[in-house]
Amino acid sequence: MRDVAIVAFAQTAHRRRTDELSEVDLLMPVLHEVLGATGLKANEIGFTCSGSADYLAGRAFSFTMALDGVGAHPPISESHVEMDGAWALYEAWVKIMTGEADTALVYSYGKSSPGEVRDVLTRQLDPYYLAPLWPDSVALAALQAQALIDAGDTDEAALASIAARSRADATTNPHAQLTGDVPAGDHLVHPLRTGDCPPIGDGAAAVILAVGETARALCARPAWIRGIDHRIEAHSLGVRDLTDSPSTRLAAQHAGAFERPVDTAELHAPFTSQEVVLRKALTLGDDTRVNPSGGALAANPIMAAGLIRLGEAAARIHRGESDRALAHATSGPCLQQNLVAVLEGETAHA
Amino acid sequence: MTDVLSAPLVVEFPFTRSLGPVQSAFLTGLRERTVLGVRTDEGTVLVPPVEYDPVTANELRELVEVAATGTVTTWAWNPSPRRNQPLGTPFAWVLVRLDGADTALLHALDAPGPDAVHAGMRVRIRWAATRTGAITDIACFEPYDGAAGPDEPAPHDGEFTDPVTGIVAAARLDYVHSPGRAQSAYLKALAGHRTVGERCPACRKVYVPPRGACPTCGIATAEQVEVGPRGTVTTFCIVNIKAKNLDIEVPYVYAHIALDGADLALHGRIAGIPYDQVRMGLRVEPVWAEGTAHPDHYRPTGEPDADYDTYKELV
Repeated sequence: MRDVAIVAFAQTAHRRRTDELSEVDLLMPVLHEVLGATGLKANEIGFTCSGSADYLAGRAFSFTMALDGVGAHPPISESHVEMDGAWALYEAWVKIMTGEADTALVYSYGKSSPGEVRDVLTRQLDPYYLAPLWPDSVALAALQAQALIDAGDTDEAALASIAARSRADATTNPHAQLTGDVPAGDHLVHPLRTGDCPPIGDGAAAVILAVGETARALCARPAWIRGIDHRIEAHSLGVRDLTDSPSTRLAAQHAGAFERPVDTAELHAPFTSQEVVLRKALTLGDDTRVNPSGGALAANPIMAAGLIRLGEAAARIHRGESDRALAHATSGPCLQQNLVAVLEGETAHA
Repeated sequence: MTDVLSAPLVVEFPFTRSLGPVQSAFLTGLRERTVLGVRTDEGTVLVPPVEYDPVTANELRELVEVAATGTVTTWAWNPSPRRNQPLGTPFAWVLVRLDGADTALLHALDAPGPDAVHAGMRVRIRWAATRTGAITDIACFEPYDGAAGPDEPAPHDGEFTDPVTGIVAAARLDYVHSPGRAQSAYLKALAGHRTVGERCPACRKVYVPPRGACPTCGIATAEQVEVGPRGTVTTFCIVNIKAKNLDIEVPYVYAHIALDGADLALHGRIAGIPYDQVRMGLRVEPVWAEGTAHPDHYRPTGEPDADYDTYKELV
């Protein structure tokens, strides 16, 4: 098995809207930042993979334009997933594990500001039984939240405290969109209040992966990917137990998350109630620091927020603030698809 | 910020989808006020039904009829219905396990307020007045205090006269599109019958239309350069089929045109010369139509043809 690490991470300052920036304008600074951090040039990268969704901005094949920011000529080895960039990272990891590349650039971006993201996300639902009813993303999360409350797993006060902790932690995150004392607000869809929901915004992120000695040469303390896996639930919400996330648990098991405790967990939980589900599925105790970045409740650039969880977890290892971190990304309604990675520093920090 | 253009953008498409045997029976059943489920190998009944078992992936075909009454398993109160949602007044989203089913169906519940809704409450289907064979044939659920339907679903052959075999899933999303700084500048210049590109600070190439980045160097472009108005045909094709809603006689010529000073060719129609006399190297200039924001077509300038070496990099 090859050892693969995240050696650099960059993200934008996430904002409610960025009308003056095209997608490539949004992306270029983070691409330059990760390349600059490693000293690599675009033509020295073995594989490039990106994640985005055309439906957000309402533009077909927008990822091909975004490639302008990479410098794709002379021709590069490149791929794209119509998903969160966490899954682009997974593809890049596979590419490196198979020996077809030694380094990879992974990036993702989402501009939610041009459209109504709650409506846009209904288009990812089953087109026969769900999409014609236009159940928006907040409504589906609220169904899950109510199921948790009815099961005795949480209550509105506990959800509010998750929101408060996240936004308080985000005050030390210069990239966060929503920080500090955010009011709980009115019910958007009962039982979820505006404070339980993520901000809507535009943003981008990029990481660089490298193998073995290359990683050590590029980064003082690489964040080694000890395991990574992703799993999916049955599509129909009425078939699932919404209070649990067996796909997260299985992915975590395959990623080796349960072999030893983790000190940090970056969970992609855009809604407060989803953190409750994920903590339970991952059996995270109080000794694990959850979302020190503020998580998706502080900044949720769709299609980048999952990659950012991997990046934030890796950056804590780079800085020596974590030795063993879990990173989670999700996609789809009510935690439908889940990816879990375990990242480690090579040696315990002093 | 004020320099950036924006405009409404509507993305709309009527997705036409065919139905397999199970979904066809289910949606046709709704049209006939009959709710069908499908039985798994383990004996559980899935409503809404699917063709393959979500656990075992085994093919499922054994249809059964369940009741139009059921129990709310979870819910969420929606105080502000959005466009296209089932009810225009505040309602609850509900997952309902119909009597005889083992799984729940997502829909709307018409209730006076959140205090009137709870898990375990009894509801029944309110049928739409006009039914076409779609999930919206269920208008919504409503509270119900009558007798429960049978727990054991009745076998059903799934046969109906005039079965629904497809649906049209209309989708419309509304956006406000901003093309960003570089393309805004390009479009504004076009409105003044000028064409501007941007020069890459590294390789010095001038890109038209500018996209804000050099695709070779991967860095931002900012230096604006006016190009044209004249240019050279680098390559072309002859269009022989008339496009719908396009008022141009065929055959006509569609060409790549390298405007003077640009390092990238753009597209344009060539007119003012018989189609079979258009050639590589032909010198052309734009003809602006009244009231439009881009050239209608390009016509020959009458200059001698450009030397191949002057445009060979752009072919």
